[in-house]
Amino acid sequence: MNAHPAAFLIRAWRALRHLSGDDAYERYLAHQRAMHPQDTLLDRRAFYEREQERRFSSGPTRCC
Amino acid sequence: MHKGLKTLIWIGIAVLGAAALGGIALNRGESINAVWFVVAAVCVYLIATRFYAGWIAARVLSLDATRATPAERLNNGRDFVPTHRWIVFGHHFAAIAGAGPLVGPTLAAQFGYLPGTLWLLVGAVLGGCVQDMMVMFCSVRRDGRSLGQMARDELGRIGGSAALIATLAICIILIAVLGLVVVKAMTRSPWSSFTIFATIPIAIVVGVYLRNIRPGRVLEASAIGVGLLLLSVAGGGWVDSHPQWRELFNYDGETLAYFVIGYGFVAAILPVWLLLAPRDYLSTFVKLGTVVLLAIAIGVLGPEIRMPALTRFVDGTGPIFSGQLFPFLFITLACGAISGFHALVSSGTTPKLIARESDIRVIGYGSMALESLVGVMALVAACVLDPGVYFAINTAAGVVGADPATATGTITSWGFPVTAEQMQTLARAMGEETLFARTGGAPSLAVGMASIFGSAFGEGLLAMWYHFAIMFEAVFILTTLDAGTRVARFIMQDALGTLWRPLGECSWYPSVLLSSLLVVGAWGYFLYIGVIDPNGGINILWPLFGIANQLLAAIALTVVTAVLVRSGKLRYAWVTAAPLAWLVIVTTAASLEKLTSDDPKVGFFAAAADLSTKLAAGVLPPERAAVAPQLVFNQQLDGWLTAMFLVLVWIIVLDMVRGCYVHLRRRHTPLDTETPYVRTQLA
Repeated sequence: MNAHPAAFLIRAWRALRHLSGDDAYERYLAHQRAMHPQDTLLDRRAFYEREQERRFSSGPTRCC
Repeated sequence: MHKGLKTLIWIGIAVLGAAALGGIALNRGESINAVWFVVAAVCVYLIATRFYAGWIAARVLSLDATRATPAERLNNGRDFVPTHRWIVFGHHFAAIAGAGPLVGPTLAAQFGYLPGTLWLLVGAVLGGCVQDMMVMFCSVRRDGRSLGQMARDELGRIGGSAALIATLAICIILIAVLGLVVVKAMTRSPWSSFTIFATIPIAIVVGVYLRNIRPGRVLEASAIGVGLLLLSVAGGGWVDSHPQWRELFNYDGETLAYFVIGYGFVAAILPVWLLLAPRDYLSTFVKLGTVVLLAIAIGVLGPEIRMPALTRFVDGTGPIFSGQLFPFLFITLACGAISGFHALVSSGTTPKLIARESDIRVIGYGSMALESLVGVMALVAACVLDPGVYFAINTAAGVVGADPATATGTITSWGFPVTAEQMQTLARAMGEETLFARTGGAPSLAVGMASIFGSAFGEGLLAMWYHFAIMFEAVFILTTLDAGTRVARFIMQDALGTLWRPLGECSWYPSVLLSSLLVVGAWGYFLYIGVIDPNGGINILWPLFGIANQLLAAIALTVVTAVLVRSGKLRYAWVTAAPLAWLVIVTTAASLEKLTSDDPKVGFFAAAADLSTKLAAGVLPPERAAVAPQLVFNQQLDGWLTAMFLVLVWIIVLDMVRGCYVHLRRRHTPLDTETPYVRTQLA
């Protein structure tokens, strides 16, 4: 555990971004560059649209 | 951490939990502080997750942290992504947390606080959490397959089709019942209606922001959206106080039912980014925030429980829903203890994110434990109300009479004193014209939450808190309605595709329109009937929903029991077979009562016969006679649906038992349907 308060806040902020999907595009870029460097990259908007479409067409996402 | 210290902490949790439970058990007859319920529940869930789930993980499932998960092996950066344990926990919890564990415990409080609390604890620890964890495990070991696919693989075509039918049925009834909850909360309440209507343009603003203005900046957009939602709660108060504006949002139930149905259809065919996705972000933030706030408020305030441990309604004469403690407590609590719907999520997106098998314990078992804790808090919110007030809010006019004096008289005669003035004062404090017969669970939960929040954070804002609570429930109910309609639509398109292939293409617009129309028509029908039913509708729909949900849970447990037996773990099969047996007993008993009871309050066919006799004899008042033929037809339809659920349960269970028997007789080697072992490369 990191004792420094600023470091803790940064970690909490990163976790929040990850949890909410705020950093999804950055993660997509990192993944594409590492795994498929030859592919063309989607821009932010195209990526966002594609992800939303996928999220809600792959089975139940919300429950009773 | 030091091992001795860990042991000490666990002993501390055990002692605290035992003290809290002991406090509840021994304090009979005196008032109990709600904090004890929450403390007892937290300790029980912690211990169960640490030890029972730990035992299942080690002995029954032999979770192997060195085995690569589908997220690692099939990592595509999209749906298969190895993700940190607590991030997956958050996603999974947000997905399974819904309105069910808020409404179910609120209704079940009519039996008193004790039965509901006990079943939430026992049912979750031994049933619901185990189901979620086992299904998740089976899916992780099978490349993230869905429950439907696993049912087909493990049980054969019969099991697979049954799972599909049950999923479709539960989606439709679930949406209808949740729609009814929202309609009941909005009926003749301009403030609630305005706030809930406002969530639609707010979601669209957030959707446009997320796609066109600042693509994908979820946190910014959500902050704006949540701010606007809070403004809409305050704005509703202004609308309510304004004589002309207020009439614009003052509707009866039938009109609102048509609004909700129309909304459901439009939402289902709009692009996801415009309405569903932003609404989903907002509802997740509001939902998690409110649950945390409620927990803090209960802790800060420590309200006293006013409901008795047991009420006289355990005998089956309950005004909110009819039927005895067994089996209807279990059917009513449904989601808070065991929810079949979770099996769909546990075998959907979550298993594709799990980085390490050992995470399954906390994610699968722990999330459900937390969800059940939400159920306990909803029960607490119902039980801190004056019991007389609780019954006055939740009982339909058809049961106690429409006139305040008659209603309070009847409720007082049951031993729960309440006066018309008391209800009037309360309604005024909450910014409503009346709180009588606001069935469906949402208003009574909102009154409970408002009084807890009000006492903890300031009395002056009671009406704000009330409408905030209504908005909180409506926001995620409408998300579920929208998402559920889509899920049902995909299943429907799949089924239609077998009739005529082009109809099975998910993106072909005529097929989208037709299947959306069929799905919305189906739940819209049940919603409409529920609204015109003078007995409140929820008393019919909720048990039907409970039976359907428990049926789906039975299917999930059947699949995982088959996996255990056929993979050579017969000696541990009781872990899932015991909750399965209980579910089969409960659903069978409840279905049979619903089918064969002579009491028109319980039996569907008895109710249909009773109503048609009265209609023929001409003893019904004109407004009831007008809707009676529809209600008669609906009761019969519900009866046939229940019969179908009952038959489905038994087909699946007998099919599984037969399959397991054949396997055990013929084979001596365990059947391995798992993806082969690959060693993890993750550090």
